[in-house]
This record gives sequence, C-alpha cells and structure tokens, in this order.
Amino acid sequence: MEDEGLSTTQISLVREHSEAIKPPRALWVPFELGRPLGQPNDAEFQKRVLRACLGLLEAESGPVLEDYQEDIPAGSAGYDFTGMSCPIDLHPVPSNDSELTKSLVQEIGQIAPWYELAVDQRQRTTVGISELDILDAARFLSDFIEDPSSPSPRPEMEVGPMLKHTCEDLKAFYSEAMSAQPGMSSSLVVENWLWNETVLGKVLWNFREEHVDDPDSYIGYLAQRGLIPDRQIQLKGAPVF
Amino acid sequence: MLKALPLPSFDTTPFVKGRPLLQRRVSLLSTAALQKRTDKVFYRGEAGYRVIPGGTAPNDIIMAHGSVNFDRSGFQQDLNVCFPLERLHELAREGFIGSVADFHYTVQGGLPPERNEGAAHQIAGLMKREGVDTVLLVPI
Repeated sequence: MEDEGLSTTQISLVREHSEAIKPPRALWVPFELGRPLGQPNDAEFQKRVLRACLGLLEAESGPVLEDYQEDIPAGSAGYDFTGMSCPIDLHPVPSNDSELTKSLVQEIGQIAPWYELAVDQRQRTTVGISELDILDAARFLSDFIEDPSSPSPRPEMEVGPMLKHTCEDLKAFYSEAMSAQPGMSSSLVVENWLWNETVLGKVLWNFREEHVDDPDSYIGYLAQRGLIPDRQIQLKGAPVF
Repeated sequence: MLKALPLPSFDTTPFVKGRPLLQRRVSLLSTAALQKRTDKVFYRGEAGYRVIPGGTAPNDIIMAHGSVNFDRSGFQQDLNVCFPLERLHELAREGFIGSVADFHYTVQGGLPPERNEGAAHQIAGLMKREGVDTVLLVPI
C-alpha cells in the first residue's frame, strides 16, 4: 500500500508481530482477537481507539508502534447457566426426525426467542453464510453425524465446505441468542455455554472425535482445527491435532 | 501458537507522509473476510478480496473467515467492533478526518501474507481511483 503511494495506519492485536514486521504505523491494543475496536456498542470507546490510530498519521517518520493504554472495563468470565433457556414451554412436535435431530431442533426452538430478540435489537444477524434455514442447517448436521455419506443440501457445494458454513451459522445463531441475555457480554461466557452446555456443543465435540482422521481432508481439517476454538480444546484438556 | 507464526520480512520500509488529517480521504481494509450476503463466499485459503460499498446495510455483511480462534460475538453484536465504518463517518462529520471513501475492502487473514500481495496492489489501485490517500488496516 505504501509502495503504491498510500499512507497506512493499522490496529495491531499481536504486538510481537508488529515489532517484527515493522509496519509504518501501528497502534497495539490490549483487546482480544476479533474485537480490534475493543468494546461492542460503545461508540465513544471505539472512536477513542480510532483517533489514536489515525493520529499516528501525523508522525514525521516511522515506523511507529504505540501502545493504546485504555483497556475495556473488566468483566466476569464466570456465569451461572441455571435458568438459561426459553421463556415459554415447548411441546415436542411429532415428526420423522431422528432423536438427535429432534434434540437439536428442540434446543433451537428454546433459544429462538432470544435470537429473535437479538435480531430485533440489533436490526441485523450474521447468520446466513450457509444459505440454509436454521432448522435445515441442524438437520443437515444431524444427518451427516448419523450418516457421513449424506449429500450436501446445496448440490453446487461439496459436503466439507457445506458443513463448515452450516456449523458457523448454527454457532452464530446460538451466540447471537445467548449474547442478547442479561450479563452475557463476555465472549468467553458465551463460548463456554455453547461448548459445554448445549446439544450443539456436544454434537460438535463428538464430530471432532469421530472425524479427526477422516479420509476427506476438508472434513478432517474441520474436526482437527476448523470448528472448535483452541482455547476450548485447552480448557477441556482434549488432544491437540 | 499465534506468536510463533513465521513472519515476512521486507527489504524496504516505505513511509508515505500525507496531508493533514482533516484533509485525508480514508478507506477501510479488513482481514476479517467480511463480505456482502450476495458475494461469492470466500473459500478456504482464498487470497482474493471483496468490496464493501459504503452504503451497505450492516445486516447485509456476513463473515466468511475460516478461523475459529477469534471472538465473533463482538462482531455479532456490533459490526463496528471490527469494521468501524459508522465511526469513520462520525469522525468525518466531527472534522477529525476529511472524508470517508465510497468503497472499502476485505481479505481473508490467516494466510501467508505474501499471498495477499496481488490483492493488495489491486485494492490500492482501486482506492487511488476514487481519491483515497489513507488506508486504515483493521485485523481480526
């Protein structure tokens, strides 16, 4: 970019990388990966970060690497999940679905009111990369778990990438729903709930165990590194591949 | 693991000085593999780029990054936490910067950086054609 005549300034999330690469201007921030501006839904906080980062453009020479001093307000990673579920009582709907599919569909039904609340509050959703309805996403995942020869629901997309997009949509649906609940702003709390307290989490842990050596390299990659965050694997003490 | 990744080294350290901040036109370049819902989805290992027009509604922007090792719940709650387009417009209205570009760009991070070099040159060319002189690089 600079060789092309453009001035650049950047946020740095990994200070060691910026020290080594020496970009022209970088503002190291003490925030977690995925949140380079620090705090969601806090415009003033975000603008303070941006002013500091853009302010590096006024330096006379470089490279410039500065540390941003303001951290996000301390949160709590602990949370009592008791009572986390649906505000309404759902009755099982008769269907031809397998028990696993029924469990997933029922769980999705339980958290759907929170998802709908999240979408209403935020006027947006990040679900949709699979282009499947969320219940069809659950059915495809369940079908694959029970029969790995199950076809992709979108013929133009192979099973591996389809599974990846399906799982990302399911995780996003759960995460958006949970983060709409009171006191759930910490990423780790949401993550801990998804991977330890839900049917979806259990299904994906099982997927990891079953497919880590899958002959399909994409599905093997999903099982090893493509679905479950490293920090959850470390917290669980599960083998690292 | 992240800190142990092999990193590129560069023979030169270009440093383009520019106009005062309040005269600059700024474009965003994110490595979060953000894309419009209607875009072709970034595939695993793809080193291409996607264009995010400034008027794109936040609900039309989704994330196709392959990594699971960064938080997405912040992005789910507020696009600006990783793609601060609204904040840039506010800074322009406040007179902190001159203007915000009409087009912004995303690539998929997590690849060997040299693989993104072609996309970077193409993006730079596009930016210059709309008068951009400053790029805000935002990682994920």
